[in-house]
Amino acid sequence: MDAAQHEDVSKHMGQYYVVFVALLCLTAVTVGVSYLHLARPAAIAVALVIATVKAGLVAAVFMHLISERKVIYAVLIITAVFFAVLLLLPNLTTFEHHSGLPGT
Amino acid sequence: MSVKQHTAATGNGHGHGNQDHGHHELPFWRKYIFSVDHKVIGIQYAVTALVFLFFGFSLMMMMRWQLAYPGQPLPLIGNLLGETAMPGGVMAPEFYNQLGAMHGTIMVFMGVVPLAVGGFGNFVVPLQIGAPDMAFPRLNMASYWVFLPGCIAMVASFFLPGGAAQSGWTSYPPLADIAPTGQTMWLFAMVLIITSSLLGSINFIVTIVQMRAKGLSFWRLPFFVHAQLVTAFLLLLAFPPLEAASVMQIMDRVAGTSFFLPTGLVVSGEPLKVAGGGNPLLWQHLFWFLAHPEVYVLILPAMGIVAEVIANNTRKPLWGYRLLVYSVVSLGFMSFVVWAHHMFMTGMGTTMSTFFQITTMIISIPSVVILTCFIMSLYGGNIRFTTPMLFATAFLPMFAIGGLTGLPLGLTASDIYLHDTFYVIGHFHYVVAPGTLFALFAGVYYWYPKATGRQLNEKLGKVHFWLSFVAINFVFMPMFFQGMAGLSRRLYDPTVYAHGRGVQALNVLISWGAWGLGLAQLFFIVNFFLSLKKGARVAENPWNATTLEWAAPSPPGHGNFITEPVVYREPYEYSVPGKSNDYSPQFRAEG
Amino acid sequence: MSETVIPYMVKPHPVTGIPNGKFGIWLFLASEVMLFGALFSSYVLIRTGMPHWPPEGGLSSEVLNVPLATLNTAVLITSSITMVLAWASCKMGNLPRFRLWMGATIALAFVFLVVKYFEYSHKFHLGHTPAHDNFYAVYFTMTGLHGLHIVGGIIVNGYLLGPGTKLWAKDPEHFTNRVENAGLYWHFVDLVWIFLFPSLYLL
Repeated sequence: MDAAQHEDVSKHMGQYYVVFVALLCLTAVTVGVSYLHLARPAAIAVALVIATVKAGLVAAVFMHLISERKVIYAVLIITAVFFAVLLLLPNLTTFEHHSGLPGT
Repeated sequence: MSVKQHTAATGNGHGHGNQDHGHHELPFWRKYIFSVDHKVIGIQYAVTALVFLFFGFSLMMMMRWQLAYPGQPLPLIGNLLGETAMPGGVMAPEFYNQLGAMHGTIMVFMGVVPLAVGGFGNFVVPLQIGAPDMAFPRLNMASYWVFLPGCIAMVASFFLPGGAAQSGWTSYPPLADIAPTGQTMWLFAMVLIITSSLLGSINFIVTIVQMRAKGLSFWRLPFFVHAQLVTAFLLLLAFPPLEAASVMQIMDRVAGTSFFLPTGLVVSGEPLKVAGGGNPLLWQHLFWFLAHPEVYVLILPAMGIVAEVIANNTRKPLWGYRLLVYSVVSLGFMSFVVWAHHMFMTGMGTTMSTFFQITTMIISIPSVVILTCFIMSLYGGNIRFTTPMLFATAFLPMFAIGGLTGLPLGLTASDIYLHDTFYVIGHFHYVVAPGTLFALFAGVYYWYPKATGRQLNEKLGKVHFWLSFVAINFVFMPMFFQGMAGLSRRLYDPTVYAHGRGVQALNVLISWGAWGLGLAQLFFIVNFFLSLKKGARVAENPWNATTLEWAAPSPPGHGNFITEPVVYREPYEYSVPGKSNDYSPQFRAEG
Repeated sequence: MSETVIPYMVKPHPVTGIPNGKFGIWLFLASEVMLFGALFSSYVLIRTGMPHWPPEGGLSSEVLNVPLATLNTAVLITSSITMVLAWASCKMGNLPRFRLWMGATIALAFVFLVVKYFEYSHKFHLGHTPAHDNFYAVYFTMTGLHGLHIVGGIIVNGYLLGPGTKLWAKDPEHFTNRVENAGLYWHFVDLVWIFLFPSLYLL
């Protein structure tokens, strides 16, 4: 049992190093892109996409999410939905207020 | 009681460095104070909560004097509270506001939730699922011991210069940002209480999912456990935004930030010397993101208790068990997307207000389904009107009134008129007071024998019920009429307005109802303590109930069950045709 | 009387496939997502409500120290890999290796805090306190709360490196699980910074 675990982990070591290097590279990219001073929407989109990729790598590989169980996925999906609600709804509500529509 | 090793491999690696080995008893402070036993912790929560329920209610009983007899000195107590709070025995407006803010805060966060979740959840859930304890017993202990300092901080805030928090339990900025020091203490206490709650909710979810007895599939769980599971998710995911908001309000008050302070704010004729650029509505969004799911935290465990008591006392299975489970899950989900119905009056645009009106209307559906299932459960039953059953049955029309009166509040057209009036107070109190609190009383009368090994006195219980039931309706029913007459809430002297004077007679009625309600609780308090010593002793299953907690001794020992429980059937097998008994417990092989 | 035996503390549950601790830590992380989510949402709400950001003019990347923050990002990423290596060492039964990598993780965490100390003190020196305007209010509150989480991680990891290692002798699998769970928390703290860094410094 231990030998199998031993072997199991050592097989994955390569993956961890690759992700480590990828994360450093993506960091360099995100900083580099910021010097291009892109238009606001593009800048936000690029920065968030890169951040999401980095976060995805950390979650999938370092946190073993890629091989995690259904119950954890269920918890995270529920959380993701409410996270989106929390991010979107207050801002949409405030935005509609600020836009000066009749009756607001 | 000995504890049988669980058959599945457990690899118990508890660091038992300083633990007694063999058959030594734990010292008093580890058995009763810093206990890791869920039953002890449950009782700690329950007793603490009951004390704060009575304390929070006492704050209101004082407020009711000012409302019934504005400007009159409060008899007896008036001169004991100092010249700042009650100059010449007359309540100062600032003190009235403190009482109001603290009444709400204490009842919700230090009364109902700790009793419903911390008390009943902790005590009953592991027993109902056949577990020896919660998944993380030490985390459970930590949970209580973070909660209690939070409570102490909250109460201590009354003694700070300027008094306790006085900006409503909702602590809206900008007012809360500039309020006296008690508000900072409120925020700090809330951080502790929220943290305690988060730790607890993790424990509940892991316990319910991972530690069910053999044969106890999800569809065989008592409805009470389903309700607690959904409640735990609400607490887990809804509380953190309020914690974040509390941190930001602390920053505003202590570090001079302007998270919630808009530019150009003028206080007492002087522009406030802050950077500005903040948004008071940000607080409202974050607060209500929690506070709306919070009201479902208040009601769900209560529904769970009502389900258990009704099934047991009708000697019939619960009607629509699966429907109930689906409803409670959808209720939990929907509760996260309705919060801005508390904010209809903040200048929201019509698109967003339409969204929140729709979600609010939708959320009423599962509540109605649940209530209908409970009512259908009564039909054709062989009903025993024990004290718990009286409270559980009364819950049904009371919750119905509370729920129905919420509908005009969820629609902006009528909410424009009713928002921040006494109508709102009537609505939410019907749901929480003769609603949840009655259900919690039902729970106390139902599970007290399991926790103590003795019955509460039925006669005293029935007097407690009837007096409370009558009084509570005298307290809250008139409030709807006051609200429809336009009487604002959080108003120190209603008689300054003509429309207030028009309904002032109702204030007198309500106040006497409230004081009567307070006196009625004496029957409960006396019963509670007397029965500890003098109550009739009971065996494991005095109610002839079917769920797992009634397999354990009364009270259960460490580890709960003498032999490992196995579940053989659904949770409410009452009056099964062909059986000699009118109940078939889940834990008995042959019904 | 002996302590109650809690099932599935170390061995995984037959249906869910995970032990209690791992489930617990993921639930905790879910609540942390909501905590930081609330702060990100607040940041968006406040920032979109102001005509200029930073309010005093210029760009965030000019007002804040991007090179130091980039260094800190690299520091945290490195501490994540060292954390994985610490766990892997446990899995491979190598306690001395575990000590090395866990020590490195903690050391890197301290480096992060030291860099932050320099960043903060420079700001205070210029009078850019949280009260100065909402840009700094957001910056200090978000990085401050994140910093507190780093401190929490140091305490947990320090415990595992120190007195907590006693468990290795009694039950290596249980100890390994604890390291894994601590690792999940630590990676989450890294994850938050991965979003915080561009949001505050670069945009």
